Amino acid sequence: MMHRSEKIWLTLSFGMIIGFMLITGYQTFALEMGPPSHGERIDPQKVDETAPFDQPGIKQIGENEYEVVMTLQVFSFTPSEIEVPAGSTVHFTLTSKDVVHGFQVADTNLNAMVVPGYVQKITQKFDKPGEYLVLCNEYCGAGHQMMSTTITVK
Amino acid sequence: METIIRNSGKTQVFREKANKVMGISLEDARLTKSYLSVAFLAILLGGMLGLLQGLNRAGMLELPVWLNYYQVLTAHGLLLVVVLSAFFTIGYFYAGLSHTLGGLLPKVRKMAWIGFWMKIFGFVLAVIPILMNEASVMYTFYPPMAASPIFYIGLVFIVLGVWMCAFGAFINVASWRKRNPGQHIPILSFFATGVFVLLFFGSLPVAIEVFTIIPWAFGWVETINVMVARTLFWAFGHTLVNIWYLTAVSAWYVIVPKIIGGRRWSDLLTRIVVIALVMMNITGGFHHQIIDPGISEPVKYMHVFMSLAIGFPSLMTAYAMFAVFERTARKKGGRGLVGWYKKLPWGDVRFLAPFIAMAAFIPAGAGGIVQSTNQLNQVVHNTMWIVGHFHLTLGMSVVMTFFGISYWLVPYVSKRVLTPQINKLGVIQTIIWTIGMVIMSGAMHWVGLLGSPRRTSYSTYFDNATALSWDPYLFFLAIGGTLLMIGVLIQVYAVFYLMFFAPKGNTEFPVAEVEEDAAPTPRWTERWGLWIVCMLVLVGMAYVIPLVDFIVNAPPGSPPYKTW
Repeated sequence: MMHRSEKIWLTLSFGMIIGFMLITGYQTFALEMGPPSHGERIDPQKVDETAPFDQPGIKQIGENEYEVVMTLQVFSFTPSEIEVPAGSTVHFTLTSKDVVHGFQVADTNLNAMVVPGYVQKITQKFDKPGEYLVLCNEYCGAGHQMMSTTITVK
Repeated sequence: METIIRNSGKTQVFREKANKVMGISLEDARLTKSYLSVAFLAILLGGMLGLLQGLNRAGMLELPVWLNYYQVLTAHGLLLVVVLSAFFTIGYFYAGLSHTLGGLLPKVRKMAWIGFWMKIFGFVLAVIPILMNEASVMYTFYPPMAASPIFYIGLVFIVLGVWMCAFGAFINVASWRKRNPGQHIPILSFFATGVFVLLFFGSLPVAIEVFTIIPWAFGWVETINVMVARTLFWAFGHTLVNIWYLTAVSAWYVIVPKIIGGRRWSDLLTRIVVIALVMMNITGGFHHQIIDPGISEPVKYMHVFMSLAIGFPSLMTAYAMFAVFERTARKKGGRGLVGWYKKLPWGDVRFLAPFIAMAAFIPAGAGGIVQSTNQLNQVVHNTMWIVGHFHLTLGMSVVMTFFGISYWLVPYVSKRVLTPQINKLGVIQTIIWTIGMVIMSGAMHWVGLLGSPRRTSYSTYFDNATALSWDPYLFFLAIGGTLLMIGVLIQVYAVFYLMFFAPKGNTEFPVAEVEEDAAPTPRWTERWGLWIVCMLVLVGMAYVIPLVDFIVNAPPGSPPYKTW
């Protein structure tokens, strides 16, 4: 019923999908490159009173290692205008005080959905000095196109 | 009693023959003409709104306060994603049911009309708050953004209207099966069955979502479970995407071979592709949530597999299509390893448009596989890349197939013929559309990789250097958008010319036959009950764990916000 070339084609197709899965699986579970998937819950109406978001800001937690606790709200990031030295690894802990927002930093792989009721975590090592643009990439209202800040790497 | 049944059986046989010889009945034709008219008016309006956005993103046009970017985008999405696709799909498949099943049953026709008016009514209800800037929530309307309750009530009517048509199709197919025991459902109706099964089961989750949103939007309930709503939305949202895709695929398998003077690909493999797409589709929706919080990495990994699995039937299709082209061209004397392509009817818009549509699915499908994969999704999620992707898949693969269909379906239901002039115009339209979409979608993909976000009106982010560096790419959105608008105008002109002014005559409904030496298709392909059970098992595997987790371990809910 099936032509030989079709069998070859379908075998290759199947192999390609399995190849994608093996590489993705290896990267996710062995190299810990999986997508941001933090599971912690929070009361979205009490963000300001809940630790650690009662004190949003940047904190050094090790040599070349920083933690940024950040809230997202229409239409801003708190804290804004972050500065870290080149070569730092930065752990972001994020939550939303109102609607769904997106946390994206251009020229990096930082990209995470920030959903009210959930704490999201994502980490990035900044090697190259420069000013990185942080922006909201999930439509969040009339001022969505203004919701941005910067991370300066020195 | 028995004689009555036998007589009605005979009448039915007579009607089926009359239908084949004399073409579609006037009543069935009117139904499809109405559906197609709405579809093409939607593309006219939606296209204009699209151009406004393209010009805005290029920094060339500031939209007025009374019609802001997000209103325009919400309406553009609703018109093209919901109205165009639903009305075209239903109009096309109802003509197909009528043609292959010997006419629509009177009650089914009535159901389709009730469905038509319910959808129109629902659409008008949804559009009013959008125009009043009370529902600038995009077609995804993620809570806790809350639109006017009228918007959601409109959506309910649209869904109910779609269900009417789905059940109408089931009734017609079931009645045909009863009258033709032991026979296979004609292939086009088999596709229709698959599409309507997906339309019904795919819109169930969004119906549940909207029913939880309405009391919340009215203020009767204080808070909403954001992640449950979001997940239910994508169980629907991605299925919808694949419904139009399956509609386009039906034309590739069934119609295009006839137009090029060939025969269909293996009937069994065609039906397997339909069954596979129906079973695996709804589970694919989760890849829209790969970078969401609250879903564990193993669950996401399973969803990547479920999403990529849909690629397999598409790769089967890719082989089948090119095999049919080659086989047909060689029969006509085509030679050489690739030289046979010269024997294909490139000057026939009914072939050219769906051919380019298929060709576009090669990069579109590849991009889809790549972007569904965990880490790679993180690179492009919610950037312009995604907008480029679905303008390639929907704007080219699906919509160009719809355009190609319109050049024979509209004359068929209007009892008119496609003139050489309109065919030529169609070829020009196809070329303009192709160039416009390649420019626009190509630029979107590229600028998305650089980080430019989707669903965002023109912004330099306070003259940020990175954002300013995107401007040259965004300029191509205006060029592509303008070409596409010209394409829309030509296409809409062609459709209404063919519907009302083209010379009268008979146009064939082109359904290809199977090869003469084709093996009979096994009976098990007809077991729709089993396929639906398999589909529900897969949906259960995909959704039970995360949904139960979102509900049982829910954080305190969110109140409604109007942030625009």
